Amino acid sequence: MTSVLYDAPGPRAKRRNVLISVVFFALLALLAWFVWDAMDEKGQLEWALWKPFTESDAWTTYLLPGLGDTLTAAALAMVIALPLGAFFGISRLSDHVWVRLPAAWVVEFFRAIPVLLLMLFANEFYDRWTNVSSEQRPLYAVVTGLVLYNASVLAEVVRAGILALPKGQTEAAKAIGLRKGQTMSSILLPQAVTAMLPAIVSQLVVIVKDTALGGVMIGFTELLNSRGTLAANYANPVPSFVVVAILFIVLNFILTSFASWLEKRLRRSKRSTGAVLSAEDMEELNPAATGGTYGTGAGGTI
Amino acid sequence: MFDFISDYDNPTLWGAFWMTVKLTVVSGLGSLIWGTLLAAMRVSPVPLMRGFGTAYVNIVRNIPLTVIIIFTSLGLADIFGVTMGATDFKVQGFRLAILGFVAYTAAFVCEAIRSGINTVPMGQAEAARAIGLTFTQTLRLIILPQAFRSVIGPLANVLIALTKNTTVAAAIGVAEAAYLMKEMIENEAQTLLIGAVFAFGFVVLTLPTGLILGWLSKRLAVKR
Repeated sequence: MTSVLYDAPGPRAKRRNVLISVVFFALLALLAWFVWDAMDEKGQLEWALWKPFTESDAWTTYLLPGLGDTLTAAALAMVIALPLGAFFGISRLSDHVWVRLPAAWVVEFFRAIPVLLLMLFANEFYDRWTNVSSEQRPLYAVVTGLVLYNASVLAEVVRAGILALPKGQTEAAKAIGLRKGQTMSSILLPQAVTAMLPAIVSQLVVIVKDTALGGVMIGFTELLNSRGTLAANYANPVPSFVVVAILFIVLNFILTSFASWLEKRLRRSKRSTGAVLSAEDMEELNPAATGGTYGTGAGGTI
Repeated sequence: MFDFISDYDNPTLWGAFWMTVKLTVVSGLGSLIWGTLLAAMRVSPVPLMRGFGTAYVNIVRNIPLTVIIIFTSLGLADIFGVTMGATDFKVQGFRLAILGFVAYTAAFVCEAIRSGINTVPMGQAEAARAIGLTFTQTLRLIILPQAFRSVIGPLANVLIALTKNTTVAAAIGVAEAAYLMKEMIENEAQTLLIGAVFAFGFVVLTLPTGLILGWLSKRLAVKR
């Protein structure tokens, strides 16, 4: 591997690298031993605390229903947020100022507010002004918060996806006499959606992670919340955290890998225009490139 | 109309937002340092360090921040007795939250800085070596100045996200904006007004950050 930062190592550099490796390994081993020792001292390594996870009870009573709720909320949020995001994203590209500006305000406003605040507000809103039952309310509130936030993030994804298409596409559509609406619906949007797929899947990771907020703050029974009941039942706080963290890592890792697989596949594909929007593009989605304002809502991908 | 705000003094509205600012600034500095170290590991010539950096980033990025923050309180503090040298419960929550934010945000800072290093064209380093600069000279005089200027935009994104993420600290009882909002919105009748006040607060916090750093990143961008 060559890097911009260093040459291929010669004999001296190789020796030095080995030395650094040994020292670094020793440090890591020390850290691992320290953690292990602390766990041992507090009795968190006892098999009785880990055993529940090898039996079906802990899974069927706590973890799987929790995971199910996490996935339900994430899926619902994505399904509702996508069309809403597309609507606002396209509105922001409108030729009419009175469409473009309000859409821009809505998008920038909801991207600027922490998703937790949106959830808290939605929770209270449903409590006061609707007759959603109190068992259903946390789910409603979590999904509403996630939809409002992610629709505005996705609006930017859609906008960037459309802007990433070559100009020739619009020009060709105009040349064959398509109207603006036709150009958008039959030329730009289908291509943009393909280009956006990796970014959309990556945004799903953010949504999955954000569902955990609802578990702690408004009592939505997702994975992190079920961990609390599980740990209270088996008295195993640390092991339950480890297992839940692993579940989240595996789930999100699958999503991330799927996104990068999609991205590679789309970049290779000969039939497309080659416009692909990955998660990294979204992180750097700065208005300089997309012609927007440097808004408050940057960093929607964290 | 705004009378109810003065009924809250633990924290006050200003106190809550000041706590948000403190959390953001301290965790921002901490994650900048830890994230830069991680990025240095990820681009270093030592395979073990690269592996550690990659593993850290991929693991931490995929855990919800909420899980990390709750763990600092229920795991680190309650089980392992990590109090961060605090005797007061409030101070302890504040310090633990910062620990969690730094651990989480550093993964994103690392990725931003690494992508910045990757934007420097290969020819720059090759030219530097060709005129006989040493490794440290290459890094200090050629690579890093260009890399840092191109990461201001991405780092601004991370900082804005961090500002919004500090609300998670409410989950372990740190008296910041979301904590106060939860308390207010559950006890007062002016739901819409409370929502608007806190939303406005966050717009005020994040807008200048975005504008100033956005302007800076355009101004300092390396023209290629």
